Amino acid sequence: MAEHRRGDLRDITHEMLSKGRELAEKNGASLTALLLGHDIKGFASKLTDQANEVWVVDDLRLKNFNAEAYQRILSSLITEYKPLLTLIGHTAFGVDLAPRLAIELGIPLTTDCLDIDFEGGVLSVIRQMYGGKVNAEALLKEAESYIVTIRPAAFEAKEGEPLGGEIVDVASSLKEDVKNKKFIEYVEPSVGDVDVTAAEIIIAIGRGIKDKDNITLVQELADALGGVLACSRPIVDKEWLPKDRQVGTSGKTVKPKLYIAMGISGAFQHVAGMKSSDLVFVVNKDAKAPFFSVADYGVINDMFKIVPALKNKIYEIKTIT
Amino acid sequence: MNIIVCVKHVPETAEADIKIDSEEKSIELSGLVFDINEWDNYALEEAVLLKEKHGGTVTAITVGSEDSESTLRKCLARGSDKAIRLTDKRFEESDSYAIAKILHSVIKNLPFDLILTGVQADDVGYAMVGPILAGLLGIPHATMVKKIELSDGASKVNRELEGGLEEVVELKLPALFSIQTGINEPRYVSIMGIRKAMQKEIKVLSLGDLELNKNDVGVAGSWIKIEKIYVPPAEKQTEYIEGSPEEVATKIIEIIKSRGLI
Repeated sequence: MAEHRRGDLRDITHEMLSKGRELAEKNGASLTALLLGHDIKGFASKLTDQANEVWVVDDLRLKNFNAEAYQRILSSLITEYKPLLTLIGHTAFGVDLAPRLAIELGIPLTTDCLDIDFEGGVLSVIRQMYGGKVNAEALLKEAESYIVTIRPAAFEAKEGEPLGGEIVDVASSLKEDVKNKKFIEYVEPSVGDVDVTAAEIIIAIGRGIKDKDNITLVQELADALGGVLACSRPIVDKEWLPKDRQVGTSGKTVKPKLYIAMGISGAFQHVAGMKSSDLVFVVNKDAKAPFFSVADYGVINDMFKIVPALKNKIYEIKTIT
Repeated sequence: MNIIVCVKHVPETAEADIKIDSEEKSIELSGLVFDINEWDNYALEEAVLLKEKHGGTVTAITVGSEDSESTLRKCLARGSDKAIRLTDKRFEESDSYAIAKILHSVIKNLPFDLILTGVQADDVGYAMVGPILAGLLGIPHATMVKKIELSDGASKVNRELEGGLEEVVELKLPALFSIQTGINEPRYVSIMGIRKAMQKEIKVLSLGDLELNKNDVGVAGSWIKIEKIYVPPAEKQTEYIEGSPEEVATKIIEIIKSRGLI
């Protein structure tokens, strides 16, 4: 299922098509991109190189994502064509849609997958548990059809030989209006005083900060380094820092030259927002914090010992020069 | 306004040193501290806030072992009026689908206007139970909810999308919402609350009390079976800096300087 929002195809669409193509080739299947929306021919022509067929369901009522409307169309198509596998993004849209679709159809579903494969007709997946501290290999109950939601950025959107897929118009099966769930509007994120996406140096804090009063300590370090202070989700949930400082899937995506994470465990949602940073330091007293696996340099120590030491060092250098 | 909140008793693993057990299908749970799932904590608070505003009752419900009693006591202390624990050996190894079926078999016979769940559980993180339960009950749902406004027979909620964007969605009641963290500020438990909670009764039901059979629950009633768990491979060749805080700081500054960042 292709995902798009406000006139743009989302990255997850290309990532799923890339993995879908690999699976289709391996299993002698064909790959179909399914586009639901209104006035979406432009998207369709962008996807023809990445799929064997691009199915387009155009209906004014599909203009904005609506899980109820999407479910009706997907369930009638899956019932009629019985695909081996339906891939949906593990995104705000996919999370709203996939479970209920699966239960309506009685098709096994698993979510937030990092990898998928078929083992003798049975679907095998890899997903994470315990905030990314553990990977799990799981098998789905044997069935003729499966649904899987895919973690964003789990697969690279590879450019292969153009498939030259045909665009197929599919009639909308929405007979009546969607009554139970109605999209009203989008609410834009608030704009703050600091733009973390423009920063070259970011010092980020997480749960390890423990108390709101401790933030000043790290702010001083950020100031000394000429950087800005950012954070992971729990800090914003507690309203210790404004939402525009949050790095991650539901916050900002940053690409600084230097990213220093202090007391952040490194849940996937946070890491997804800073993966493209040039140089990453992770300071955490938990040696098993998943964040270390994406760090260039790791320090297994208490941030409250490292932060003052760093600050002193920088002051020393500045006084000399 | 009758509100049902589905909660889960989970181990706190964010800062714990976790170990994989010898069968490689689970982590070692002994020694870990258990508490209410973080998302459910926000769901419970939201239910109590809505009750305080609109009147009615809050019922907390969980599927879990005897140990999950402490999480239900916490719910009662924080403003839940009733609590139901669904406990049976045969529920073990149930995935989200089987858990949703167990919850459904009880909730379908209860009066409710609203059901709240957390978006996902800290431990397994499927984000499935809420919307599956809504599907089984045939009521509208919205996931990742950051704001709720209720009016006569209808609701308006903000769903959290990516990049800080939200969408406002209108749904008919009764409905189910899965609650995102940060929607409110969960209150602390008062001594009074704890005392009152100790006197409240927790209803306990097992498979025999439900209109389900053993093939609906546990591994037989699940879609997903865990084969093996392992520590994720590192994505980068991480270099660890060791030594005293001063030595570590000196090394970090050297590296940053060599990159021309100071």
